[in-house]
Amino acid sequence: MAQPARAIEVRELHKRFGTLDVLKGVSLAAKKGEVIAIIGGSGSGKSTFLRCINFLETPSAGSIRIHGEEIEMRPDRHGDLHPVDPRQVQRIRTRLSMVFQNFCLWQHMTVLQNVIEAPVHVMGVPKDQAIATAEAVLKRVGLYEKRNSYPVHLSGGQQQRAAIARALAVDPEVILFDEPTSALDPELVGEVLTVIGDLAREGRTMILVTHEMAFARNVATRVAYFCNGLIEEEGPPEQIFGAPRSERLQRFLNPAQ
Amino acid sequence: MSAPSPLRGWLRPHRLVMLALALGIVLWAVLAGDWAWLPKYTPLLLKGLGTTLAILAESVILGAAVALPIGLVQVTGPRWLSAPAQLFCTVIRGTPLLLQLWLLYYGIGSLFPMIPGIRGSFLWPYLREAWPYGLAALTISFAAYEGEVMRGAFAGVPRGELQAGRAFGMSPLKLFWRIWLPRALYRALPTLNGEMVLQLKSTPLVATITVVDLYGVISRVRSATLLTYEPLLLLALIYLILTALMVAIFRFFENRLPTRGA
Repeated sequence: MAQPARAIEVRELHKRFGTLDVLKGVSLAAKKGEVIAIIGGSGSGKSTFLRCINFLETPSAGSIRIHGEEIEMRPDRHGDLHPVDPRQVQRIRTRLSMVFQNFCLWQHMTVLQNVIEAPVHVMGVPKDQAIATAEAVLKRVGLYEKRNSYPVHLSGGQQQRAAIARALAVDPEVILFDEPTSALDPELVGEVLTVIGDLAREGRTMILVTHEMAFARNVATRVAYFCNGLIEEEGPPEQIFGAPRSERLQRFLNPAQ
Repeated sequence: MSAPSPLRGWLRPHRLVMLALALGIVLWAVLAGDWAWLPKYTPLLLKGLGTTLAILAESVILGAAVALPIGLVQVTGPRWLSAPAQLFCTVIRGTPLLLQLWLLYYGIGSLFPMIPGIRGSFLWPYLREAWPYGLAALTISFAAYEGEVMRGAFAGVPRGELQAGRAFGMSPLKLFWRIWLPRALYRALPTLNGEMVLQLKSTPLVATITVVDLYGVISRVRSATLLTYEPLLLLALIYLILTALMVAIFRFFENRLPTRGA
């Protein structure tokens, strides 16, 4: 067998907002089954990087391959790259799902409706089949009883678990987590991390931007430390947290010293 | 703290006093007033009520249909669409409805007959009547007010929810139909109720261009019977009941919405 398929391969990604260089050439690849944790201070570009992967932000330069399929881009007059074929991006987005910091559940739909929305209305799965899948994933995240509730009636932790169920229902090849616990009250963080940890252990490919260092150390197969728009150091969690080489990373992990 | 039951709410002292007062006024009006004309005019009153309700419903539905794009282009449209939409809302909301109505009926309405051949066209039966001008003026007015409401509603849908739609592979059109529009409509519903109540009470203006709506019928009653208070009190009562009904219906739907205040 050849080497394991690359689920995501990003090369030399640049992103400029006006005159501000947020990403200055980031390359990162995730093999199937890998859990990559991205850590770093605020403003280091880690969320922007994640959002570039599914084109919620358009990169300024670089290339992105999802499962070996390169997304064709061409520059507009401002120098930003845009996908040549929006349909290709829409198709690829259905294979990547995203969990947001602020949950971003659709407030006018019940939990169940949120979960079946993309399968039914984007991917064309028959409704009864989508409901069966949705009920199964809702059981997994412990929200089956709340399936007919509206998001406003759920706690933050429940909303984020519902958002994870929504992300699972499209059977994605990669799940992108954008600081999934940053908006939660401290006592609700645990229930969400438990769910994400279970997914990691069952071999889901995931890229996870997080501030939860202990969690990153436990579940990640690889950790990337972002600093000033570049990957300053990358490696297995034992190395990153146990024996960091970069001075900046040492200071980031141990600000007291 | 639990919400008070509806019945308990009605039994508060100030409410009881108000109820007693209202009952008193109605009783006094029924006993002291002259209502001999009522049976004779009932059919005409019902017809007027029908006209009022028809004009209200048609202008609200047509106006809302126009308001959607007007609100949308102001949030997301190119400048050559958003600028005229904004101008439309400003001008219509900034001038009296009565003025607009008269400009349409006495102004434009009197120009139509000068167009050669128009009397033979299929439009003529409508153009020589008064109600199309009334309906047009009320529709335009409602479109402007509701367009402004929809602008706010579209702009107020959290960006994150739209991003989530894109992140799950929705095309722009799908995103609009599945997320943006329903979410904006839910947000606009409580305001829509208020706008409709105001719209109901704008409908009597059409009586000034000879449309015989509810108010028009009451005016006829007044000039025929030389009575002042009885017809006007009845008119007030009917509008009050219509308003209460509209509020109750909207309440019912609003309470079923999950996102009140969100």
